[in-house]
Amino acid sequence: MSIQENNQLLRFTTAGSVDDGKSTLIGRLLYDSKSIFEDQIEAVKTSSEKKGFDYVDLSLLTDGLKSEREQGITIDVAYRYFATPKRKFIIADTPGHTQYTRNMVTGASTANLAIILVDARKGLLEQTYRHSFIASLLKIPHVVVCVNKMDLVDYSEEVYNKIVADYEAFSSKLDIKDVQFVPISALKGDNVVDRSKNMSWYEGSTLLYHLEHVHIASDFNHIDCRFPVQMVIRPHTLEFQDFRGYAGRIDGGIFKAGDEVKVLPSGFTSKIKSIELNGEPIKEAYAPMSVTMTLDDEIDISRGDMIVRPNNQPHTEQDLEVMVCWMNQKSLQNRTKLIVKHTTKECQALLKDIQYKVDVNTLHRIEDIQEIGMNDIARVSIRTASPIFFDSYSKNRQTGSIILIDPNTNETVGAGMII
Amino acid sequence: MGQYYLSHLKELEAEAIFIIREVVSQFEKPALLFSGGKDSILLAHLAKKAFFPAKIPFPLIHIDTGHNFPETLKFRDNLVRELGVQLVVGSVQESIDKGRVREETGVNASRNALQTVTLLDTLEKLKIDAAMGGARRDEEKARAKERFFSHRDEFGQWDPKNQRPELWNLFNGRKHHGEHFRVFPISNWTEMDVWQYIKEENIALPSLYFSHERECVVRDEVILAKSEYLPLKEGEEIKKLNVRYRTCGDMPITGAVLSNANTLELIIEEVATTRTTERGTRADDKRGETAMEDRKKAGYF
Repeated sequence: MSIQENNQLLRFTTAGSVDDGKSTLIGRLLYDSKSIFEDQIEAVKTSSEKKGFDYVDLSLLTDGLKSEREQGITIDVAYRYFATPKRKFIIADTPGHTQYTRNMVTGASTANLAIILVDARKGLLEQTYRHSFIASLLKIPHVVVCVNKMDLVDYSEEVYNKIVADYEAFSSKLDIKDVQFVPISALKGDNVVDRSKNMSWYEGSTLLYHLEHVHIASDFNHIDCRFPVQMVIRPHTLEFQDFRGYAGRIDGGIFKAGDEVKVLPSGFTSKIKSIELNGEPIKEAYAPMSVTMTLDDEIDISRGDMIVRPNNQPHTEQDLEVMVCWMNQKSLQNRTKLIVKHTTKECQALLKDIQYKVDVNTLHRIEDIQEIGMNDIARVSIRTASPIFFDSYSKNRQTGSIILIDPNTNETVGAGMII
Repeated sequence: MGQYYLSHLKELEAEAIFIIREVVSQFEKPALLFSGGKDSILLAHLAKKAFFPAKIPFPLIHIDTGHNFPETLKFRDNLVRELGVQLVVGSVQESIDKGRVREETGVNASRNALQTVTLLDTLEKLKIDAAMGGARRDEEKARAKERFFSHRDEFGQWDPKNQRPELWNLFNGRKHHGEHFRVFPISNWTEMDVWQYIKEENIALPSLYFSHERECVVRDEVILAKSEYLPLKEGEEIKKLNVRYRTCGDMPITGAVLSNANTLELIIEEVATTRTTERGTRADDKRGETAMEDRKKAGYF
């Protein structure tokens, strides 16, 4: 475990079923980085013995809820944490079955990297396509394809090369910028943390080395300045009588005191007087910092407004084209009324048109459909009651994403990426 | 172009501050559940940062079991004065006196489970619609599946199978009348992150967390402090030990660890090499494999 204090944080997702060794891989990463504690291992050993298993079932570490353990499946995203002297890691561990597409999308929404597991004996399967498509749809910047169970194919370079070639052919249809391949055996530990002695033909890095070194500093947009105002801070004290600060999280670009800015939707311009947190000035503010900003002029600004640069503005529109993942039992039809949440803004919306649904296994488009159901991914047109200030999701994952809320139940029913 | 990225501690801080501000923006009557432990002290520190130069715009709520360490109460009162924030105390003793709950009896009796009733009563009395807590996902397996914004029905119950999906930085705090939310801004922090941040920010903590000599009883391999709330079993004897606490619950159920770590540096070193979980010393979690999940469903912290 790390005792460094200036490490970067890498969030990654693992998607897969029990059979492809996902739990074993996570167990291996946690165990070899000494992030599993003795009392946790003891509890898992006891449970495994009770169930009559021959080996310690590491999936019991991640399956936390009573019904999950009863059914031997994961029904929800489980978050796991570990650290090495180089980085701190957050794993969003999601189950891999089709009916859990919504969990995969949830885990992927905040991830820098996705690990996709392929069983070396089976090659690419339907779920490999599904996981890769979701990684590409959610614009996870980095993908690592782990060809697992290499010990069961005699550590064959030929088998590995075939899978790599197949995957490259398939992924050329997707929008994934950075794909790496690692041949591993999670069970035996080959190329997970330590270099394998059984695959001298492999010259790349181990999985952990890659996780520790992959370049993630550019995963946020540092070009287009976007600051959605979360709330206005007015102290009402004698000492800070005139203080009027705009609190929020930077969603893109680099802001500095003295910069000329424009406020949306009012269109007023001003200059940044100060950027601070807790009274300490911040020289340059960039994503994902939480800051408090003050301006030279007194302008009427409230939650949901966005501070940008005059020469680089987001789209301001009421008609959105969106790829949506539906997450609710109740299906979605044309003319359904919804609430859209985008950055710090919330407004009413109407589903105007369902254009097509994507078959997540074959990537084929299914047209002429009347409704979309749980776990479906579809392209839709949405009309909002007031204008939204957005960028395309491919340009900015924060200002390009929305969630859909059912106004009757208040449940989060969909996740959307603006095209 | 320079290096534009945050350290993991700064990123976790930014995330927690965003959540705390989101709570104040989305809810009418939020509050911070303050246990006196390091995680809720950290949360109060983050809240101060989030709204400076304004004061923290919500009260701290302390559910007082009457079995607290005396150090905790003294520390709490100082902190409240320093932050200039309102403190509300919900008393378990009062719930017992009013007949809302029945005290457990026997040598392993604890007021841990009773707290839930006092907590829910206090939230209802103050009409709190969002109660922030310092729970972390790395603490316990049921907590690993908890959301940042955790919806509770009108009975204060948690339904783990029907949680709202949480995507990007978009948190849905919409609710019907009578329902409320529990919010966990430091969900993504680990024990190590908390200690490193406390050191980096120089946050004051109660003396319990540092090594000290204390009169203790060892029961079922757990080191418990001698106190008037802990009746001794036959054959048990009081020993003087050098101990410190990793978590801070009620006196009769929170186990100490043998330790000579009396500075933050030494504690961080100890956390880095320790091989048991923080809550491994909590007798309340050892009442069955799903003890935490069951209590959470009923409305526990």
